[in-house]
Amino acid sequence: MVEHRPLRDLVAYLVLSLGVVIFAFPVYVAFVASTYDAATVVSGNLPLVPGGRMLENYYRAVFVGGSRFMNQPVGVLLANSFITAIGIALGKIFISILSAFAIVYFRFPFRKTAFWIIFITLMLPVEVRIYPTYKIVADLRMLDTYAGLILPLIASATGTLLFRQFFMTIPDELLEASRIDGAGPLRFFWDTLLPLSMTTVAALFVIQFIYGWNQYLWPLLITTKDSMQTIVIGIKKMLTTTDELAEWQLAMATAVLAMLPPVAVVVFMQRLFVKGLVETEK
Amino acid sequence: MANVTLRNVRKVYPGGFEAIKGIDFEVGDGQFCVLVGPSGCGKSTLLRMVAGLETISSGEIDIGGRIVNAIEPAERDIAMVFQNYALYPHMSVYNNMAYGLRNRRVPENEIKTRVEDAARILELGTMLERKPRQLSGGQRQRVAMGRAIVRQPKVFLFDEPLSNLDAKLRIAMRVEIRKLQRRLATTAIYVTHDQLEAMTLADILVVMNGGKVEQIGNPLEIYQKPATTFVASFIGAPPMNLMPIEAVRAQLHGADAVPAEAGQLGIRPEDFELGDTVPAGGIGLDLRVDAIEHVGAETYVYGARQDVGHNDSLSATANDVIVRLPGTTAPDIGSRIRAVAPRTKLHMFSADGRQRLAV
Repeated sequence: MVEHRPLRDLVAYLVLSLGVVIFAFPVYVAFVASTYDAATVVSGNLPLVPGGRMLENYYRAVFVGGSRFMNQPVGVLLANSFITAIGIALGKIFISILSAFAIVYFRFPFRKTAFWIIFITLMLPVEVRIYPTYKIVADLRMLDTYAGLILPLIASATGTLLFRQFFMTIPDELLEASRIDGAGPLRFFWDTLLPLSMTTVAALFVIQFIYGWNQYLWPLLITTKDSMQTIVIGIKKMLTTTDELAEWQLAMATAVLAMLPPVAVVVFMQRLFVKGLVETEK
Repeated sequence: MANVTLRNVRKVYPGGFEAIKGIDFEVGDGQFCVLVGPSGCGKSTLLRMVAGLETISSGEIDIGGRIVNAIEPAERDIAMVFQNYALYPHMSVYNNMAYGLRNRRVPENEIKTRVEDAARILELGTMLERKPRQLSGGQRQRVAMGRAIVRQPKVFLFDEPLSNLDAKLRIAMRVEIRKLQRRLATTAIYVTHDQLEAMTLADILVVMNGGKVEQIGNPLEIYQKPATTFVASFIGAPPMNLMPIEAVRAQLHGADAVPAEAGQLGIRPEDFELGDTVPAGGIGLDLRVDAIEHVGAETYVYGARQDVGHNDSLSATANDVIVRLPGTTAPDIGSRIRAVAPRTKLHMFSADGRQRLAV
């Protein structure tokens, strides 16, 4: 039923616009702050229009680095964050799609047990198992490495559950048809299951990329070298000063830059989502 | 080109449930065998055992002189058409048909020839590049058929392939399947719950019930001489009228000629006619017309028997009789009619319905 009521539309638009303003305003303020010099930002009287030092601030943030506490340029931090987030997203997809494949399509002893053990890890996020995880990573000499940043965050149940639910909606006849067509388990996985899972893979990629990107506690714990820090840690460190003016304009520039990759991932993947939703038919 | 032979085949599930209770039959080379029965009778399970999708608990399945019990589905030289078609949704029609051949490392130009031949036979030529979702139900069904044909298997297996189609298309596809199977002269086993489909397609009809074979034979023979009351009521629509012999003894002309073991009497609706005189050895029933169904060429009259007393301990169904009349003329509802049938049209069964008796 499509009704045209101008007043209702107007109210809806007003409410939505208000929501957009509430969410977007802090981001806008961060952007504005990144276009002034440090003194203006700290003075507390930040104008609402962008200032003239945008190019200079961003140039310093990306290529030069900030104060003496933050001597790595943002470019390095971005790269670290990028490698970590991609590593977590891809690693998690790889592990969870394979484990879900095993759990749904193979009959082996303790299959249910394996599933429940994976399921139980949902109750143990990184924060809860932080000490043992740190101990293991330290013993494996993976502090200050990408492996140390990535591996502990790959292990979790969400992806496995997501793929398991999806696989269970695929009709058994498809597997049987594959068997009759002479496809072994891996061929079935590669030729049929994976292509059909592409939208789920995309969804998981978005979620896990952002999850990896936003990690704070874990990178803070296991990275000591500045050159291994992620951008989220970098922002925090930029503001740690003793007696000099915190370089808020650089921190804000960094924050704006830190927002861009997740936004890009969401925007790009959203197309794939919609395409997948329209096209998929089981 | 192959015979399919089942020898004392059983299927017992881990829980102890026996789905298939020892089945023997043979399908000759190029014959079309139809397994028919109600839901849960094990017909699909049996087909899946032939396909290799279910394990065989005991007994042997022999395809083309080779016992296939321990052989993978892909190696059994069969092709299966599923009820929901099970087309690969992400592959084009061409690739759906070519997939099995590619897995067998058939050369690409050979695949092309086979797929195009199949597409021509099935009139799918213009749709080879489409995805299954862009096809209608009937077209998908044909792609599923095409996928089976290109394999050039020894045996086609069909698992209720037409039940997702609308009635008109189902009849058209039924004819097509039969023509195609004749043309390719490939042995086929076809599962359906639709007795009309079963009757029209089969060279050999296997009627199943409760994991067992009730009767095997050619369809007309089964129709004319059902071996049990189950077959009698399952094959034919509307079903054969079955009545306890005691309830009709008084209406039976020459009741003494009834075999002593006879417990039940059956008469097909079309074997009745309206009349006053009971033919020698035949039967005559007084009915009150309760309902009438016009189906065009014929008319079904649902009558309640008036010649049995109210005290008779008869189930309601045994009191109801269906009579088929030709054309569209029919008595008024509520009126009385007398339906008669000759001796030759009577079917006698033992009291438990498991045995057919000579009349």
